[in-house]
Amino acid sequence: MLWPLFFLVTAIHAELCHPDAENAFKVRLSIRTALGDKAYVWDTNEEYLFRAMVAFSMRKVPSREATEISHVLLCNVTQRVSFWFVVTDPSRNHTLPAVEVQSAIRMNRNRINNAFFLNDRTLEFLRIPSTLAPPMDPSVPIWIIVFGVIFCIVIVATALLVLSGIRHRRRNNKGLPGLDDAEDKCENTITVENGIPCDPLDTKGGHINDGFLTEDERLTPL
Amino acid sequence: MEKTRPQWGNPLQFVFACISYAVGLGNVWRFPYLCQMFGGGSFLVPYIIMLIVEGMPLLYLELAVGQRMRQGSIGAWRTISPYLSGVGVASVVVSFFLSMYYNVINAWGFWYLFHSFQDPLPWSVCPLNGNRTGYDEECERASSTQYFWYRKTLNISPSIQENGGVQWEPALCLTLAWLMVYLCILRGTESTGKVVYFTASLPYCVLLIYLIRGLTLHGATNGLVYMFTPKMEQLANPKAWINAATQIFFSLGLGFGSLIAFASYNEPSNNCQKHAIIVSIINSSTSIFASIVTFSIYGFKATFNYENCLNKVILLLTNSFDLEDGFLTASNLEEVKDYLASTYPSKYSEVFPHIRNCSLESELNTAVQGTGLAFIVYTEAIKNMEVSQLWSVLYFFMLLMLGMGSMLGNTAAILTPLTDSKVISSYLPKEAISGLVCLVNCAIGMLFTMEAGNYWFDIFNDYAATLSLLLIVLVETIAVCYVYGLKRFESDLQVMTGHALNWYWKAMWAFVSPVLIVGLFIFYLSDYILTGTLQYQAWDATQGQLVTKDYPPYALAVIGLLVASSTMCIPLVALGTFIRNRLKTGGTASVA
Repeated sequence: MLWPLFFLVTAIHAELCHPDAENAFKVRLSIRTALGDKAYVWDTNEEYLFRAMVAFSMRKVPSREATEISHVLLCNVTQRVSFWFVVTDPSRNHTLPAVEVQSAIRMNRNRINNAFFLNDRTLEFLRIPSTLAPPMDPSVPIWIIVFGVIFCIVIVATALLVLSGIRHRRRNNKGLPGLDDAEDKCENTITVENGIPCDPLDTKGGHINDGFLTEDERLTPL
Repeated sequence: MEKTRPQWGNPLQFVFACISYAVGLGNVWRFPYLCQMFGGGSFLVPYIIMLIVEGMPLLYLELAVGQRMRQGSIGAWRTISPYLSGVGVASVVVSFFLSMYYNVINAWGFWYLFHSFQDPLPWSVCPLNGNRTGYDEECERASSTQYFWYRKTLNISPSIQENGGVQWEPALCLTLAWLMVYLCILRGTESTGKVVYFTASLPYCVLLIYLIRGLTLHGATNGLVYMFTPKMEQLANPKAWINAATQIFFSLGLGFGSLIAFASYNEPSNNCQKHAIIVSIINSSTSIFASIVTFSIYGFKATFNYENCLNKVILLLTNSFDLEDGFLTASNLEEVKDYLASTYPSKYSEVFPHIRNCSLESELNTAVQGTGLAFIVYTEAIKNMEVSQLWSVLYFFMLLMLGMGSMLGNTAAILTPLTDSKVISSYLPKEAISGLVCLVNCAIGMLFTMEAGNYWFDIFNDYAATLSLLLIVLVETIAVCYVYGLKRFESDLQVMTGHALNWYWKAMWAFVSPVLIVGLFIFYLSDYILTGTLQYQAWDATQGQLVTKDYPPYALAVIGLLVASSTMCIPLVALGTFIRNRLKTGGTASVA
């Protein structure tokens, strides 16, 4: 006597949930790609967990707090692991609109992924696009900070070199103002003897004659 | 009181300066491309022959002229013959054009370097589109590295006619690049001599690190085997020989006047023959070394892309036929494909158009050169390495060192004649002249930071130096051998260095090198004439790839102007000197 009821239920089930049904979504899992050796086998218990997660997501929608696990129907489970699912209303006659299911899944995508140790790529809901993570956008782009540091260093180094050059030249000009006039009268080239420049006129006044080496370095100190 | 000419602190500084100048970006991004195009290992044969026959003699000639005349290019050629100081002027003009656009590469290097301090690297991911459901369209069609180069770095316009405005980010980087150059050349040889220790040696350290890393990458051997397998039939291809000669010629940086400038700060007794041989050998070995690194990186990138392609095909088939996850692997792909084709023919024929044919050969065959290699291909390989930020920083630091080293030579070629000239150096100190040159170059360089800037960059890169340099070096060789006199030059060198001049150099300078240069010149001219209108590669954002377009007339006019302004210096200055001399002798004759 129970058999006709059973057949009725499965018939309704098949009517509501079949590939490309109205308001049905296809799900695809790539467990071995994600977990490698630690991959678990997809059995009816995992399916139960999936139905529970979908029901949980629907219960978060304001008007659908009464959704039960039994309202989520799965069908056409393949070896790939892929299957179709629909969510029915409490009367089990109609399926909930796709838009509601879509937004509910999108809101709780992270929880669903984590329940199965998968991510957006390995647990795919076809026709439900996932919200991509926004890139980290610091207020000041990092490259400007690095640029600023290097720019300041270069400017400081350049300024130091230019200023020291100016100071060096000013000291040279101040040190030899009279020398220029005197040396203009004598030869233009400096005569070099034994690698030591000789001043024809002793305009430096009282300096050591470099023609004679100081003997001190030659003698070994006592 | 005559100011003594500044000198290098020691001969090693001179060698390092020459190495730092000659070893530049061309060794990294041009030689591997040529090697790949013209027969891999067998390209080394024409390359080495051209090095011995053309590179070493011409390098020795320039160094000897600079060391003997002890002046920059204009003064040196004026000493050889007053009618030929136009050669020096032409060198300065070409160096000026080169420094204008070359530093833009350094600016891009800085840009990428500063962006390497982020996680993840900005060129490894595409930015999201407006409603955050997918990636930006242009980025999807091209690749993330191409998008970062063409959109974020250049913000390139679809054609050369659409100029756009100056982009402030590359403009900032260009300003920094010129400040860096100014800092290095500020004090003349005193500061340059110390900087070249770094710019010459650091790139080798980085290349060595990259060599070790590159050889240990997965798939590197694929690239190396592909490159070094000699294709002997390419030896019969005249283009291989011409490209070998061209590469040696431009790689050594002959004709710009930089080598003359560097050698003019030498002591007269310096053995420049030894240095010429050392520098040219080091330059060529660096090219070969860099191509080993480049090809191991190519191999890694090609293997990575090939495996990605295979994985995409596997995923497609797994999803279409609902096969078990992990069942399809690269090894059983072919048999499973056959099985599916026979078992589900209708469904397979639906899927078939989407299945791409993955081939390692075609990935390796993509030969790239120039900025595309440095900023797109390399960054694509780097983003797939572990700790990619470190490798990226190292790589762009090396590019900057190479570029800066070459810039030092370029600016020396411009500054040495200016500081030698008594007129200019009596009004302005050395620092001010350098500052003015850098400022003018930076201001004009802003042209290359506009949206169409990269197209103008390509114009300068392809046409500003090529023909002019060949002519300049040809006139140089003829001037030294026949106008100044080979015997006179030989005795000068003997007095200066103390060594007799080997017959080999005399033979090369007098006959072989001029003939080679004339041959190259004729080849280039005929190539330009036969091609008809000149074309360029423009980036099409809607398709996500490069398309070929014709240059508009005003761009062709600019190209003509670039070539003419340097080559015409030689005859114009000769004519001017001739007229001045005639007026002078005519004046004295009328007085007497």
